[in-house]
Amino acid sequence: MDLNDRPEHKVYREEVRAFLSEYKHLAPGESAFSFRMEPRKLREKVQIWQGLLVDHGYTSRTVPKKYGGFGADVDILKNRIIADEFFATNVIQGLGNQGISMFVPTVLEHGSEELKERYIRPTIRSEIVWCQGYSEPNSGSDLASLQTSAIEDGEDFIINGQKIWTSGAHIADMIFCLVRTEPDKPKHEGISYIVFPMDTPGIEVRPLQTMTGTPSFNEVFFTNVRVPKSNVVGNRGEGWAVANSTLKHERGLLGDANRSLDSLLRVKRLLQNESLDGQPLMENPLFRDRFIKLQARVQAMRLHEMRMTSEADKGGGRSLGDMVIKLLGCELNYQLDGLGVDLLGEIGILYDESPMLRDGGAWQANFMFDLGLIIGGGTAQIQKNIISERGLGMPREPKVAQV
Amino acid sequence: MNFGLSEEQELIRDSFSGTLERVCQLDTVRKTAEVSAPMDESIWTELCSLGMAGLLIPEEFGGTGLTLLEVAVVSEELGRRAAPVPFAGGVVMAPLAIRLGGDDNQKREWLPAMADGSLRVGVAVSEAAAGARENAGVTAGNGLLSGRALFVLDGAEAGGYVVADNAGGLHILHANASGLNKIALKTIDRTRAVMELRFENTPAEPLRNSSDVLQTIIDAGRVSLAADSLGVGEEMLRQSVEYSADRNQFGRTISSFQAVKHLCAEMAAELQPCRGLVWHAAYVIDQSPKELSLAAAFAKSHMDEVGRFVARTATEVHGGMGFTDLTGLHYWFKRLGVNRAYLGSPERVRAEAARLQGFTA
Repeated sequence: MDLNDRPEHKVYREEVRAFLSEYKHLAPGESAFSFRMEPRKLREKVQIWQGLLVDHGYTSRTVPKKYGGFGADVDILKNRIIADEFFATNVIQGLGNQGISMFVPTVLEHGSEELKERYIRPTIRSEIVWCQGYSEPNSGSDLASLQTSAIEDGEDFIINGQKIWTSGAHIADMIFCLVRTEPDKPKHEGISYIVFPMDTPGIEVRPLQTMTGTPSFNEVFFTNVRVPKSNVVGNRGEGWAVANSTLKHERGLLGDANRSLDSLLRVKRLLQNESLDGQPLMENPLFRDRFIKLQARVQAMRLHEMRMTSEADKGGGRSLGDMVIKLLGCELNYQLDGLGVDLLGEIGILYDESPMLRDGGAWQANFMFDLGLIIGGGTAQIQKNIISERGLGMPREPKVAQV
Repeated sequence: MNFGLSEEQELIRDSFSGTLERVCQLDTVRKTAEVSAPMDESIWTELCSLGMAGLLIPEEFGGTGLTLLEVAVVSEELGRRAAPVPFAGGVVMAPLAIRLGGDDNQKREWLPAMADGSLRVGVAVSEAAAGARENAGVTAGNGLLSGRALFVLDGAEAGGYVVADNAGGLHILHANASGLNKIALKTIDRTRAVMELRFENTPAEPLRNSSDVLQTIIDAGRVSLAADSLGVGEEMLRQSVEYSADRNQFGRTISSFQAVKHLCAEMAAELQPCRGLVWHAAYVIDQSPKELSLAAAFAKSHMDEVGRFVARTATEVHGGMGFTDLTGLHYWFKRLGVNRAYLGSPERVRAEAARLQGFTA
C-alpha cells in the first residue's frame, strides 16, 4: 500500500489547480443531469470544454497520442488528484458518454488501424456523439439472440431490423451496432460489431417516452441500410466477444464511484441546508445514520475501484471484484437518490415548475432514472448470474429443451 | 501508488494461512468450544512461532515492528479459520497501548515477554468503546482502581491487563494484583474468551497520553475486528458455494438454481469492496493518524452490516443443515455476532463518525 503524494504528484496537483483557475469559466456549469435534459443546447460548450480536457490530459488520459489522446500511463493517484480537484472546484470532469467510455476502449482493443484513426480523436473531443445499438424488442437479457440482419452485397452489408432502448439515438452522429451476419451459425457465433453514421439512408429514430417525462431512449428502425464491410470492428462473426468488451466498459461506467461521491455530496448539502420545523435535517439522528451508512458504502466503492485499478495494472483478466461494480454502484446511486427524495419530503414531490423546486427537480428525476440504470446495461439479476457463474464458478441453469 | 499488499505482506498472509490450515481445522475449533476452553494453546504456540504476538511490538523489544496492515492481513486469516486464540485485544490493542503510552521501564517490563507469546495481556476498554452496561465502570485515584469492567477482551489466563477508567485514563496491572477479581463470561462465541474484572483498591500503573492512546487502540481494535469479519464472511461464502454444489434436489445440484446462485452472488458482491475499506483503514494509522478514527469507523460499521447479511444468507443457503451443529457453520455465524457487538455497535460507531465530521456536537 502506498497512497502518498510523491513530489511529482504535488507538482501535478498544482498544475491541475492552475488549469482550473484559468479555465473554469469555460466549464459547462450544469450537472450531468442537465446534459441528459438538454444535450443539443449544451453541445458546443461541451466540445470546447472537452477539447481543453483532452489537450491537458484530464480526460482520455491513456488514449495513445497518435489517435488524439494524451498517451499517459495509468496513474491512479493522478486520476484521483484530477477527480478531487475538479470536484473541489465544482467543475464537471469531462463526459463519460457511450462513445468516450465504451466505444473508444473497444475500438482500441479490437478495431482496425483505419477505424481507430478515423473515429477516436473526434469522439474523445465530443465532436462525434455515439449511441449503442444492442438491445432488440425480443433480445434484452438474452442479447445474443438478436435478429437484426446484415446481408452481404459486394463490399457492403445491407442491414434490416430494429433496436430498442437506444439511449441518445435522437442526438447521436454514429451508432455502434450488433448485427447478425451469419444466420446459420449458433447464436453467439453469427454476430458482428459494426459502426455507421446515423444519417445513413434507411434509419428511422422514434423517441420513447420514459417515466421521468424526458425522452432519453429510442426505438431505431433499419430498412436496407447500406454499410461498408470495412466498418466492422474486430473480425466478422466475432462481434459477441467485441460486444462483451464494450459491456465490460459500460458496467464500469454505470457503477462509477465518482458519480456516487457526487450524489453523496449533494445529499450532504441537503442535510446541511434544508430544514424541518426550523431545525437543520442534519440534527435528525435517523437521517444522519442513513447518511453515514451510505457514506461508508461510497467510501468502500471508491477504495474498491482503486484496488481494482491497481490489480488491473498487474495484468490478469476480469476478476470477481470487477464483476460486482455495476450491481453495487447502481444500487448505491439509487439508495442515495432515495435518501435525497426522503430528506426533501413533501417539497421533493414538486416537479417541472415551481419556485420551491430544488435542484431543478433532479432528485425525483434521478430517483427514476437510476432505477432504469439498475435494469439497463444488464439487469441486476443478469449481473448476479455473471457473478455466480463466472466469478464463483457455479453452474448455469440447465437449458430447457427446444420444442 | 499501489493499492494492494507488498510481496512481504503476501508472504505473511500465506504463511499464516498455511499454518492455520494445518493446525486449525473445524474439529480443533469444535474441541475448544465444547470444552469451553478459553483458547487453544497449541495453535497459539504455532502462530507465535510465526511472530504473531510481536506484530506490533518494536524490534528493540523483541517484536517484528510491523504495521496495522499486517495485523489486518493476519486477522482476516484468523477469522477465516475461526481460530480460538487471542488477537484483537491481546495482540493488537494491548501492545499498542504500551508502545504508545508506556514509559521506558514499562516497555522493558512488558513488551519482550508479550512479543514471544509467553505473557498475554487482556484489554478492558468496553465501557469506553461500546458504552457502559449494568452501570459498569472503573474509577482511578492515587494509583488505585475501583469498580468493574465488563467484556474484557482476551483476558482469560492473562498475565496482565490494560484498563480504561471512566475519565479516559489508561492503566496497566499484573493479573496477581491485590483486590483484583476475575470472572469468566460465557458468550455465544466459544472461540474467544471474554471476562469481567472487579477492582477493589487495586494498584495499577498509569500510561501516558491516555485519552489519545485510548482512542487509537479502540480504532486499531475496530480495524482488526473488521478484518476478522471479512475473513469470516469470505469463508461462509466459500462454504455456501461448496455445500450447494454437493447438495442435490429435484434431480440437480441446488447450486444451479438461480434462487441459490443469487444469494451467493449477493454475498460476494457485498464482501468484495470491504477489503479496500479494511486495508485503507489499516494503512492510514501510520500515514495520517487523524484520519484513522473515521476510516476505522467506516470499516467497522460497514463490515458489521455486511457480516450480518452474510451470516444469515450463508446459513440459509445451507438450508436445515445450516441450523444444525453438523456443518459447524454456526461457529462463524457467532463470531460475526460478537465482532459486531465488540468495541461499539454499528449505530454507535456511525454516530461517532458523524461527530468526527462535525455533523453533530
